[in-house]
Amino acid sequence: MEPLLKVENLKMYYETIRGYVKAVDDISFDLSKREALGLAGESGCGKTSAALTILRLLPSNAKIIGGSVTLDGENLVGLSDKEIREKIRWKRISMIFQGAMNALHPTYTVGDQIVEAIVKHENVGKGEAMERAGQLLELVGMKPSRVKRYPHELSGGMKQRTVTAMALACNPDLIIADEPTTALDVIVQAQVLKVIKELKERLEISMILISHDLSMIAETCEKAAIMYAGKIVEYGDIVPVFKESLHPYTKKLITAFPSVLGPRTELSSIHGFPPDLLKPPPGCRFHPRCPQAMEICRKEEPPLKRIGNTEQAVACYLYGE
Amino acid sequence: MENEVAVEVQNLVKHFEIKLGFFKTLISKEMPVVHAVDDVSFKIMRGEIFGLVGESGCGKTTTGRALVRLIDPTEGKVFFQGTDLASLPLESEIRKLRRRMQIIFQDPYESLNPRMSIFDIIAEPLRIQKVVKKEEEIHERVAKAMEDLDLIPPDEFMYRFPHELSGGQRQRVAIARAFVLRPEFLVADEPVSMLDASIRSEVLKLLLDLQERLHTSFLYITHDIALSRHMCDRIGVMYLGKIVEKGPTEYVIQKPLHPYTEALIAAVPVPDTTARRIEVVIKGEVPSAINPPSGCRFHTRCPHVMEICRKEEPPMLRMEKNRYVACHLYGNSKSPKKTDVTS
Repeated sequence: MEPLLKVENLKMYYETIRGYVKAVDDISFDLSKREALGLAGESGCGKTSAALTILRLLPSNAKIIGGSVTLDGENLVGLSDKEIREKIRWKRISMIFQGAMNALHPTYTVGDQIVEAIVKHENVGKGEAMERAGQLLELVGMKPSRVKRYPHELSGGMKQRTVTAMALACNPDLIIADEPTTALDVIVQAQVLKVIKELKERLEISMILISHDLSMIAETCEKAAIMYAGKIVEYGDIVPVFKESLHPYTKKLITAFPSVLGPRTELSSIHGFPPDLLKPPPGCRFHPRCPQAMEICRKEEPPLKRIGNTEQAVACYLYGE
Repeated sequence: MENEVAVEVQNLVKHFEIKLGFFKTLISKEMPVVHAVDDVSFKIMRGEIFGLVGESGCGKTTTGRALVRLIDPTEGKVFFQGTDLASLPLESEIRKLRRRMQIIFQDPYESLNPRMSIFDIIAEPLRIQKVVKKEEEIHERVAKAMEDLDLIPPDEFMYRFPHELSGGQRQRVAIARAFVLRPEFLVADEPVSMLDASIRSEVLKLLLDLQERLHTSFLYITHDIALSRHMCDRIGVMYLGKIVEKGPTEYVIQKPLHPYTEALIAAVPVPDTTARRIEVVIKGEVPSAINPPSGCRFHTRCPHVMEICRKEEPPMLRMEKNRYVACHLYGNSKSPKKTDVTS
């Protein structure tokens, strides 16, 4: 089956006075209909930049250097800003931004804010849009009457549900959720995550879930891509990536998360700090922190290669000839 | 030595008054108060790490701050090795005690003065407390503290400023500052919640190493019950200003007694794809601490709520294996004995 979204060799650098920040450096992945992909990695690894590149919500100093983003056979990189805005954004791909719940406008009701998103993108009247806003809130488990509420009258969980409803406003095929539950407490986080999961199933939408929290990805996604310093180091179906992880970084990262289940295991740590993306280390970007670094890792960059006939791919010289 | 009590908290209460506008004060009879901490008691043994676990707004940070007297409790007592902190009226006397107790704050981006060099930041407690006088000695102590936290070579970091360091490095500086006085008691308020996973575990290891070496007693405050497993000997689970359950960490996690603890554990995502998926046991969100629910504060969300829970506040009951729970579910069974002040 043809994937819904195909990202190939995407490169996006930020231009600064000190040189290029290689935030997204040659990443590729694809996503089928109804599939959820988890984009995991630590802060500054380029996961949000990758999402913003797909939606073309980039600041003026960002340059897409190369690669393609194909949605249903159409290359989004070639489209003009106007075309993206009118045809793609929100109608086909929408996004739940990190911290969006705190970006709701304080002097408009949440209904007005959802209506704005609908009216901007679709040719409908305000009355009809308001009705839809009510339905959307119901969809995320809130009373439709809440459209009349102001953000300060809602709790954190409710606000997060509101921005989720907003992302659904124009029936997109794909939702990018950037750390959708980070600011919430664990119980509310579980509630919101459950809503997002159910919606994905019921509305048959695809999802890219961006998170630093691997546990969250393990519980919601079918596929995972682990990013480190602007690159995808491991990619594949969620179970092999977690259960038989190959890349030393993935292995370390997974065991760095404590679990409440099972026996208590020691938390692994990775010595050192993630690199500066202005001057990433040569060769494999993980080599200064890798316990298994070899001579070749310091010099040559490992390509992301498939392992056997599986979906799993890894960028590491420990595998393959 | 292990059985020595380092810190004892007895019925600690902290209420924050809410300032009303002029007209409202004329109309309203009572000043509304936020019940941040309500009747919390626990002991921390010497060399022990006691964890306070709970969601935001449950009063864990307020408790931690009251323990080093950064805020004055409304009621209750905090004993630090026999001395009641609340009874010390003079700042100078409190300051003397602060040599022996320190705090690490949550956010290393805000807790370090941006205009001071790393050296000055770590040396400041030494200077304020006048523990060492000579500059060379101060230099030596600072360098040692930095080495302990793997900020090596110290000379490379000493003359930098906080903005030149990464989050993980900053938090190490904050920890070095707390440890430079070799305190006997330390409050760590979510010291790693701002750090990335790969850096987090290394900082935790350094913290545990130091704790073991210096035999420091710890109050470890965290929202992450999974993490408390790795850090704490015993934990107390807080909900809306009250401790609802406490006991040895492993027992509490393996076999939670209070319905809230159970819900808290069930809600934690697990870094394992084949494990149980997210379960949401309880609905709704934490009610306001201005008018906390009557009776048991958890009754509005509790799946096992009974009539009595709405009316009477459950007392802290002693269960097996040094465990305590405040829940009416355990009131009549096993006839556990009631205790006022608990371990």
